[in-house]
Amino acid sequence: MIPNAFDYFSPTSVDETIALLQKHGYDAKILAGGQSLLPMMKLRVAMPSVLIDINHVDDLRGWREENGYLRIGALTRHADLENERNLMDRYPLLSKTAEWIADVPVRNRGTICGSLVHADPGSDWGAAMIALHADVEIIGPSGVRRVFIDDFFVDTFTTALEVDEIASAVLIPSPIGRAAARYMKLERKAGDFAIVGVALHVVKANDGTILDVGIGLSACGDVPVRAKKAEEWLLGRPLDQETINQASLLAQEEANPATDLRGSAEYKKDLVRVFVKRGLEEIAEELR
Amino acid sequence: MQIRVTVNGRVYESDVEPRTLLVYYLREHLRLTGAHVGCDTTTCGACTVLLNGKAVKSCTVLAVQANGQEILTVEGLERDGELHPLQKAFWEEHALQCGYCTPGMIMTACELLERNPLPTEEEVRKGISGNVCRCTGYVNIVKAIQSAGRVLAAQKMDPHNQSEVVPSGN
Repeated sequence: MIPNAFDYFSPTSVDETIALLQKHGYDAKILAGGQSLLPMMKLRVAMPSVLIDINHVDDLRGWREENGYLRIGALTRHADLENERNLMDRYPLLSKTAEWIADVPVRNRGTICGSLVHADPGSDWGAAMIALHADVEIIGPSGVRRVFIDDFFVDTFTTALEVDEIASAVLIPSPIGRAAARYMKLERKAGDFAIVGVALHVVKANDGTILDVGIGLSACGDVPVRAKKAEEWLLGRPLDQETINQASLLAQEEANPATDLRGSAEYKKDLVRVFVKRGLEEIAEELR
Repeated sequence: MQIRVTVNGRVYESDVEPRTLLVYYLREHLRLTGAHVGCDTTTCGACTVLLNGKAVKSCTVLAVQANGQEILTVEGLERDGELHPLQKAFWEEHALQCGYCTPGMIMTACELLERNPLPTEEEVRKGISGNVCRCTGYVNIVKAIQSAGRVLAAQKMDPHNQSEVVPSGN
C-alpha cells in the first residue's frame, strides 16, 4: 500500500513549522513518529497534500523537569519513557503505560504528543495523561498557550488544536509525595488497542491519606474519560479496602463504553470496576 | 527528493518520491530484499530494520525520513563471510520454517540483545511481540535468541572465545 502523493517539508525550527502550517492550512499534516498517520495514509483514510516532518526540530526533543513540571517534548518516543530509569520513581505511570503500547519497533518510533494529538479515545496515553493531570503546551502564530488535558480532548480524533498550531510538549505536575501508579489493560492480542484501559496515579501524604489521585479510562467514551467522582471520593481518605471498593463502583458508573467487536458495554464497565479495584489494591500494598 | 542514506555501512544517494516507504526503497531501489513486506499495516514485523540502531517497521517509515541516517538490514549482519551469532543460532535451533518472518525477527532480536544481553524467556517473548511467525510458533525462536545472547555476551568478554556463557541464577 502506497500513500497518496504529497509535498514533503522538513523544517528545523518551530517558527518555520508554524509558517508552513499557516501557508498550507488543512491540506497539511504534521509528521512526528508517523505510527498512526502513515498507516492511515496508506489506507487513504488520511490524504494530506503536504506533510511537515518535525523530526529535525531540535527544540521539540527530549524531556526535562522545570518549574514544578516534567516537560515531555513533542519528539519524545514511547520507548524513551519506557526505559528511562530516572523517571520511574517519581513518574511511575509513564513507563507502566508505555510498555503496553503496540510493540517495540512501534514504541521506538511513535511519540507521546503524537498519540495525544491523534486523540483516539482508546489510546493508552490519553488515559494516562488524564490520570496525571497533564497540560498540553501548544504553539501557534500568536505564541504559546497551555490547555488542561480534559479540555484538550474535544471529541473522537478532535482536539483543541487550531489548524496553525502544534502540540509542542505535554507537562506533568511533579508529585509532592510518594507516588505509585498502575496501567491496567486488557487486549485481545499482544499490542492491540485496549478493550478497556485504566490509568491510576496516587500520591500519598505522610499521614497515610491520599494527597493526589488521578484515574483515566481508555475506550470508555468518545474521548479519554476522567473518573472524577471516584477521584473526589478518594482524596483525603486512607487507601483501605472499603474506600477502594467504593471508588471502583464510582469509576464504573462514570465509564460509558460502546458495545463493539471487543466486547459488550456491560462487560467493559465491569472490567473498569475490576481494574480500579485491583490496581488500587496493588498501589495500597506498594505505598504501605 | 534527493536523499543520502547509509545502509549496512555503504552510502547510497538516490532520488525518491516523498511517499516512497523505506521498505520499498530498500527492496526496489537498492535491491536489498532481506526486509520483507508482510502485512504492510505495521503489524507483522517482517519489514523490521534498524534505524540508527533502533528497530523500526520499515513499512511505516518514509524513505525521505532516512535521509542522513543509518540503516542496518539483515544483509548487513554477516562479517567476512561469517554469519552473525543470531543468524547462526536461528540455523542451529531450527528457529524458522518458511523463513518469511526471519529477517524482521532477527533485526528486532538484534536491538533487544543490545539493550538486554541475556534476556529471560519472558523478556524475549515481550521483545518480539511485534514480530509474527505463522509457522513454527515461537519456542525455537526464543531459544535461538537466548542462545545468540549468550554467544554475544561471551564474545564481548573475550572476542576470541566463541563458547556460550551459562547465566547464573535460573
